[in-house]
Amino acid sequence: MDFFHAHQPQHYLVLAALLFALGAAGVVLRRNAIIVLMSIELMLNAVNLTFLAFSRFPLVREPPTGSFLSGHAAVFFVIATAAAEAAVGLAIIIAVFRSRTSVNVDEFDTLKL
Amino acid sequence: MAEMILFYLFALGVLFAGAQVVFRRNPIYGALSLVGCFFFLAGIYVLLGAHLIAILQVLVYAGAVMVLFVFVIMLLNLKEEELGEQRLTAWKGIGLLAVAAAAGVIAWKALGPAYPAEGIRDNAAAIAGFGGVKAVGRTLYLASVLPFELTSLLLLVAVVAAVVVAKGKI
Repeated sequence: MDFFHAHQPQHYLVLAALLFALGAAGVVLRRNAIIVLMSIELMLNAVNLTFLAFSRFPLVREPPTGSFLSGHAAVFFVIATAAAEAAVGLAIIIAVFRSRTSVNVDEFDTLKL
Repeated sequence: MAEMILFYLFALGVLFAGAQVVFRRNPIYGALSLVGCFFFLAGIYVLLGAHLIAILQVLVYAGAVMVLFVFVIMLLNLKEEELGEQRLTAWKGIGLLAVAAAAGVIAWKALGPAYPAEGIRDNAAAIAGFGGVKAVGRTLYLASVLPFELTSLLLLVAVVAAVVVAKGKI
């Protein structure tokens, strides 16, 4: 198969896998809470890319009418949820930084401020 | 052919900028690289025929969310010693191995026999107006109107929660 020249869904899926791995590596490796949040954003975007790839190139030959764009709707909801998550997460980081003057996630070991 | 050249250009940009986010020590470089990463991803979305989502990506992600990140990074104003040193411990090594294995499995499955060898259905070519405002809007407002309304409630709760958590004393 002419993998490197044809326009195929597999390209997007492999790119999404690599991007998700990059975000997961950031969550595992880094101890700075802000960078952990940004890595989570990377992972969410990898999932969005998968949704859009499957929306353009569905696995079934004939999808039922009216549902061919539900992947786009899912991406819309993921974007809205990610915005909410970023707002609340950053607010928590600010609140914790105020009491501990640190953003190192290894030091966040009690619920009490 | 032009699509593939653009794809590899954007994909390299996405992976390079994403690696900057993960491996840069200073979070402000990471945040600005993440903005670039989102722009490259918007290009990939256009290649996938998702025009509305690409614009939303630039407006909401690269615009609004990343402004919030940069704002918080500059508000905290971390000193050099507060950034902490990087150590590669055994647990991090195990975590990295697990991540690499998971990504390998996903990529292997994607390259495997999931798709038929011939005749992959291409919705963007088959359906007029695929990914445009009208088609996605119809899906959002007709097929998934309840999740759409719940999303507005979620955003309201998130705004109130962010203010309550960050303010300390009300």
